[in-house]
Amino acid sequence: MLKTFPLGGIHPPEFKLTSGSPIKQLPLPQTVAIMVSQHIGAPASLLVNKGDSVKTGQLIASINGFVSSNIHSSVSGNISKIDTIIDTTGYRQTAVFIDVAGDEWVDTIDRSSELVRDINLKPEEITEKCRESGIVGLGGATFPSHVKLTVPTGKKCNLLIINGVECEPYLTSDHRLMLEKGEEILVGISILMKALGVEQAMIGIENNKSDAIAHLTRLSSDYKGITVYPLAVKYPQGAEKQLIKALINREVPSGRLPLDVGAVVHNVGTAYAVYEAVQKNKPLFERVVTITGKSVTNPGNYLVRTGTAVRHLIEAAGGMPDDTGKIVNGGPMMGKALNNTEVPVVKGTSGIILFPSDESIRPELKPCIRCAKCISACALNLEPYLLANLSARGLFERAEIEKITDCMECGSCSYTCPANRPLLDYIRLGKSTVIKMARQRNIK
Amino acid sequence: MSPTVVITIISLSILAVISAVILYFVAQRFKVYEDPRIDDVQAILPAANCGGCGFAGCRNFAEVLVSAETFDGLNCPVGGSTVMDAAAGILGKVPVKVDPLVAVLLCNGTPEFRPFTSVYDGVADCRIQHSLYIGETDCSYGCLGNGDCVRACQFEAMHMDPVTKLPVIIDDNCTACGACVKACPRKLIELRKKAKKDRKIYVACSNCDKGGPARKACKVACIACSKCFKVCEFDAIVIEKNLAYIDATKCTFCRKCVSECPTNSIIEINFPPKKPKIEVQAEAVSN
Repeated sequence: MLKTFPLGGIHPPEFKLTSGSPIKQLPLPQTVAIMVSQHIGAPASLLVNKGDSVKTGQLIASINGFVSSNIHSSVSGNISKIDTIIDTTGYRQTAVFIDVAGDEWVDTIDRSSELVRDINLKPEEITEKCRESGIVGLGGATFPSHVKLTVPTGKKCNLLIINGVECEPYLTSDHRLMLEKGEEILVGISILMKALGVEQAMIGIENNKSDAIAHLTRLSSDYKGITVYPLAVKYPQGAEKQLIKALINREVPSGRLPLDVGAVVHNVGTAYAVYEAVQKNKPLFERVVTITGKSVTNPGNYLVRTGTAVRHLIEAAGGMPDDTGKIVNGGPMMGKALNNTEVPVVKGTSGIILFPSDESIRPELKPCIRCAKCISACALNLEPYLLANLSARGLFERAEIEKITDCMECGSCSYTCPANRPLLDYIRLGKSTVIKMARQRNIK
Repeated sequence: MSPTVVITIISLSILAVISAVILYFVAQRFKVYEDPRIDDVQAILPAANCGGCGFAGCRNFAEVLVSAETFDGLNCPVGGSTVMDAAAGILGKVPVKVDPLVAVLLCNGTPEFRPFTSVYDGVADCRIQHSLYIGETDCSYGCLGNGDCVRACQFEAMHMDPVTKLPVIIDDNCTACGACVKACPRKLIELRKKAKKDRKIYVACSNCDKGGPARKACKVACIACSKCFKVCEFDAIVIEKNLAYIDATKCTFCRKCVSECPTNSIIEINFPPKKPKIEVQAEAVSN
């Protein structure tokens, strides 16, 4: 039987419409808007001014603190202004606006497609290279990778887990990357293994991507210590804790990190970005984005420079269908609806999904019938109906005792609820309030 | 009378006497002295338990009042000066004069001025909508219109206007307890000094964006042009973070800023219509 995590989980329809579409390069737009905060942690501090000319791959905003990341220009051209632009939530963030002129890359970047297998850097140098190149976790959370590669003293890492699960419906960017850049990903994994000083790496891939499993299994025989594990298809298997449980059957305790069970988890996209940074000297300024939707004429996977407006992606996919009701940034389970197509693509944008209007309306709300389906669906052993009720009534202290902060906001509870209760909405409210309360308590 | 009944009455009586003696001594041993004035003061407080004074309910406030040296900084906004004077009378202290306040909404973004750009069908809760995204309009500072403030108000001083989609504050019912101020995730409600005949002049906008985006999102947004700041003779207007603010303690209600504001974001309430003389003059100038 295939490995999977035992508790909770759901299986939404997959709709992986673009799993057969090869990655294409999206033509460069005329202007890009590169946000200085594309990661978890402190926004990067600006290094450029209005009127400066920049090259592709040039550092334009530098790391600001340990948990932060460098930002590089994704195009060459002139900086027309430094202003604010709306992000996926609609709130304004500082961004660098660049008028694109040609595509002149920084000289140090190796643009050849030749595979470089020999790893010449020392472990500390690899971590430093990831820091310099602005590598963040490309699975969606955009946590700076150099932080994950720095094992704190007293902790020991003995296993690297590579996340090729892509459990969100519709999205296929990691799938395509594994098929087309398999060798590069495996070299990237070897680099990560060297940086962490581990001998063993496990790649977890869900069984609905059998071609990727076969491809990587065949290639990985050449690489020492890397094994591919097919996993049963179940959402939210791409979450760190669930993936660890599925692969090595160890449970990360509440409020702790994967490192506490000796594992570090990285995404396949991150492994590819690490390969490019270390072997090709190329900082992270482009990523694969899936543009898809049931009525989209030309769905596909595109290599997109950061800062490109979502509008260009939609145009490349054949324009917005007339029946579009909602544009979602990210997967359908955890993604956020956009209210403007001028929002730029950032390091964490994994996909853009255009939903027809009949699928984008929330169904009618009904009273809770105490069926406990949400409890069965929760992969973290929480009681979603209780947490939602507690935070709706403002009983945040009690919600904290019930471990509301453990929730990873995967949305399985809301998905499974037959009464269409807005469980996750209230849990998110409670979680953020409890985190704020705890922070204030720590200050005191 | 049967012996069973007699025995029962006697034994229960003995038990009652013993228990009474024990309870008497226990009560003496664990006696908590409570100032009788606390009850007196609590009796005159409004018993709304709204927390507007900053303490956990009326009883707690009464305890604080009795133990306080002076009344500085202590005020029951619901009861106002009458209640505070009475409390001062009971406790033999000098009442402190506190200006009565009233809540005002620092947003005037009706659908007419602030067009809708998206549809929100999630939970009708301002806190949730605020944490999710900008809201149904392009203004990231304005009212979301889900009525968290209305639900927080226990004095029936607020209701949602179905046309403007904004909360309406009924001045006569508002006790300035501040529950709505705390409930609003966008900090749109301010407690301002009450003036004669409930007159008010204030900047009904909280948009801290620069003029361009602010005006694009809402026709009555403050664009921080500083015209009001220049025309004010009493230094009552300050401009901070691309937003003008009128200090209610300095404002003399001369109304010069109201006519000066190019976006009509400064609003006047409960004023008589302007004298026709001025209009005639204005027409003469325009001709």
